[in-house]
Amino acid sequence: MTRLSRFNVVSLTFGFAFLYLPILLIMVYSFNESRLVTVWGGFSAKWYGALFADERFLNAAWVTLYVAFCSATIATVLGTMAAYALVRGGRFRGRTLFSGMIYAPLVMPEVITGLSLLLLFIAIGLDRGGFTIILAHATFCMCYVSVVVSSRLTTFDRSLEEAALDLGATGWQAFRLVTLPIIAPAVLSGWLLGFTLSLDDLVIASFVTGPGATTLPMRIFSEVRLGVSPKINALSTILIALVAIGVITASLATKRKSG
Amino acid sequence: MTDVTGFAPWDDPQATPLISYQNVTKTFGSFTAINDISLDIFPGEFFALLGPSGCGKTTLMRMLAGFEDASQGRITLAGQDLAGVPPNKRPVNMMFQSYALFPHMNVWDNIAFGLRRDGLAKDKVAARVEEMLRLVRLGKFAQRKPDQLSGGQKQRVALARSLAKAPKVLLLDEPLGALDKKLRQETQFELVDIQEKTGTTFLIVTHDQEEAMTVSTRIAVMDEGVIKQVATPPALYEQPNSRYVADFIGDVNLIEGTWINGSLVWSADQAPFDAQGTAGQGETVWLSLRPEKVAISKQEPDAINKVPGKVIDIAYLGNLSTYVVEIPGGQKIKAQAANARRLASRDITWNDTVWLSWTKTAGVVLTE
Repeated sequence: MTRLSRFNVVSLTFGFAFLYLPILLIMVYSFNESRLVTVWGGFSAKWYGALFADERFLNAAWVTLYVAFCSATIATVLGTMAAYALVRGGRFRGRTLFSGMIYAPLVMPEVITGLSLLLLFIAIGLDRGGFTIILAHATFCMCYVSVVVSSRLTTFDRSLEEAALDLGATGWQAFRLVTLPIIAPAVLSGWLLGFTLSLDDLVIASFVTGPGATTLPMRIFSEVRLGVSPKINALSTILIALVAIGVITASLATKRKSG
Repeated sequence: MTDVTGFAPWDDPQATPLISYQNVTKTFGSFTAINDISLDIFPGEFFALLGPSGCGKTTLMRMLAGFEDASQGRITLAGQDLAGVPPNKRPVNMMFQSYALFPHMNVWDNIAFGLRRDGLAKDKVAARVEEMLRLVRLGKFAQRKPDQLSGGQKQRVALARSLAKAPKVLLLDEPLGALDKKLRQETQFELVDIQEKTGTTFLIVTHDQEEAMTVSTRIAVMDEGVIKQVATPPALYEQPNSRYVADFIGDVNLIEGTWINGSLVWSADQAPFDAQGTAGQGETVWLSLRPEKVAISKQEPDAINKVPGKVIDIAYLGNLSTYVVEIPGGQKIKAQAANARRLASRDITWNDTVWLSWTKTAGVVLTE
């Protein structure tokens, strides 16, 4: 272990304070006794109790988890397939174009993604609600999954698949028995990434939602417009914990394989 | 040239080849990897494809495994045309250069992989895997994962896995490349041993001429997509058909000259060299002379071919010494002599004037 110089200690402190102080504040105030969000009135977990008694929040949480689970799963299947085709398909015509196109939605403004999906759903006459949010989330999460999986596939020793074929496996068996188990950590980490992204998306969900399908970020946003309730702090703390667990698990899963 | 064991199906016009490449060409875009190769390999052979990297030897092997298609020509295995047969339907197994062991399976499951794909009964799979583990002496390691094995052990697992399905032909892609020299030599003999025990036809790809000489019944020397010569190891060494082959296999002196009246005129003021060969009168030829066939002495010897020179370098190899001698005209000739006497009593040293000599049949006259 090397010791940090004083300058580095200071920069690190400021940098991380800048990043994490607001989050830390939310977490501390979620245990605030007082109804006033900015005044400390002693320690209490009552807002957590109030949160779990609130039907609207519970409903929104359920919708969010359901949407996140479904869209992450769809995105993982599609994203893995796309990554496999792009990395393994050889130099087919238009490959560079396609691999560029898979990255494009990552940098596309969310407002545009949301708007274009909304217009599409209206055009094909799809009733908006939970299902359309799932479709929309699967669409943009798929890009992340395919980026994660294709970076794993490019370092994958091709001769492993050839060995499987050589030993009598069909193409599908080679994928299922050899490729998939080896890239599984990347696939899992793609799924977790998709799950987290879907969990905290507000913009796209607001565009494509319909009556009865309100996700947690949408619920929080509409609550906050009427005034910040300490319940929101409690909810945010829970969300932060969930997302942190997801991200840490995803990075551990990838690291263990590459290590 | 006949093998000592009498196994020489390539000399028997009645013998049917197991593998037959017929005018096979393979192009990648504008690059020709294989250029019109025809080659027959017989059952029970340990056949080596030898050449520098990029000569097409691996492509030639991968076409047999089914990972590449021939652009032109035909490849048959036991009489069956292989065109359009996918890799998993060919009675051929391959041992990969990287071994390609499945990292998420243990040794046992790796070896069983191919047998399970054939839908073999559980007890049959188990019996065959045990048999293979005994063959490569890895019984104790059955439950280990590949990353818990040494390089030599991985190599043996890869061999067991590719032999488990009793293929008609086993393909070995630089099988010993990742092993250190000592282990490589041991493993070479082990490979030959296993090949004889199982009776499988082995096709090995290597760039290491020593390895090819040690293990194989016949060697095809390749260069830039063509086969330069196919012969048994002794024939290849003693009768190379070109400067390329002579130079690729072992160490060689090549003396350029003109073929006049059955001897090689190489210098205006020196006696021509007497050699056996067939070449056109006045044709430019090269005398290929192995260093160990050149004798070195301080006194002028009584020999058909002799030339004086000056010792400019001595490489002491322990059992042998190689002397680099500059002959009139400036060419450097290597001569090799066994160190039968202790170093101190050796009588030839740097800058000595010496005589090199060799017999009429010592060299080979090459026209290309």
